[in-house]
Amino acid sequence: MTSFAPWEIWLVMGLAGAGTLVLRYSFIGLLKRSADEIPDLARRALRLIPAAVLAALITPSLTHPELVFDPWNERMLAGIVAALVAWRTRNVLATIAVGMAALWLLQSIS
Amino acid sequence: MRRHNFRAGVLTIAPILIGVVPFGVIAGVAAVESGLSSLQAIVFSPVVFAGASQLAAYELIGRDAAIVVIALTVLVINSRFVMYSASLAPHFVTASVPQKLAAPYLLTDQAFAASIIRYGEVEEPPDLKLAYYFGAALALWTTWQSSTIVGVVVGSGIPPEWSLDFAIPLVFVALLFPAITDRATSVAAVVGGLTAVAAQPLAYNLGLPLAAMVGIAAGLVAESRR
Repeated sequence: MTSFAPWEIWLVMGLAGAGTLVLRYSFIGLLKRSADEIPDLARRALRLIPAAVLAALITPSLTHPELVFDPWNERMLAGIVAALVAWRTRNVLATIAVGMAALWLLQSIS
Repeated sequence: MRRHNFRAGVLTIAPILIGVVPFGVIAGVAAVESGLSSLQAIVFSPVVFAGASQLAAYELIGRDAAIVVIALTVLVINSRFVMYSASLAPHFVTASVPQKLAAPYLLTDQAFAASIIRYGEVEEPPDLKLAYYFGAALALWTTWQSSTIVGVVVGSGIPPEWSLDFAIPLVFVALLFPAITDRATSVAAVVGGLTAVAAQPLAYNLGLPLAAMVGIAAGLVAESRR
């Protein structure tokens, strides 16, 4: 649960929304004619962003379930099971279903 | 003909919408779980309209990260739209001003993919290309908004003991594997993930943008050494 004040959440929303719109608008709005105008290094970095950011979002929520480092907790184990499902099936729903089921099972055992 | 193309866009994206509904419901539930009011959770979807970045924002709001870090994270995740915008721009050059404002707002992974495939396969005038794009994009927009509202309504009634906040990292796990396509993306993911754990004690969740940058840099190095 957040301790943000309502105005802080509205501010986050406004910044995220406006910034995302600028990114979407960029080339369509500026009438630029092709992706060739993006520098090569930027293009290569952009390609790597999803893998790096998604991994960085996942790992702390598995290793730090309560803000303290605790690598062998229920969320880590359920996350590993879910990762196996994601890797084999590439199915979002199956990953969520198996991951949640694994977490509930582990929580009921411990 | 325009109406026909609009409908073709809707029909192409229809099977994808089946997968968007549960994602949208989860986003609505996650927003409420992380402490947004129902109104904020419902308004967030049309304002930002980008699923993975919305989930990241909810996760970080729940962890009380710094506002700048949350906004930056959303923008980094959504930076791929610059690539999509660049790919679509040549097809939209002749669009009217209102169309040029509406088309980018509605831009998503799915609408981009459906349209760029179509433009590669079928040679047609710009207004028909736009009609196809708007069919696909509006169908997705409508589905996303209605499914997040369902999630917000349902989420308000779910007890915290169900640990449904765990659905957020699970969605990211499911999105991660398709993003890993070669050595450079694998290195970016592994280094980014490990750095995020090591940098977790940093204040304001600064570890996340730091880990993303280190991961991307490592991926670039891995790529150039081949």
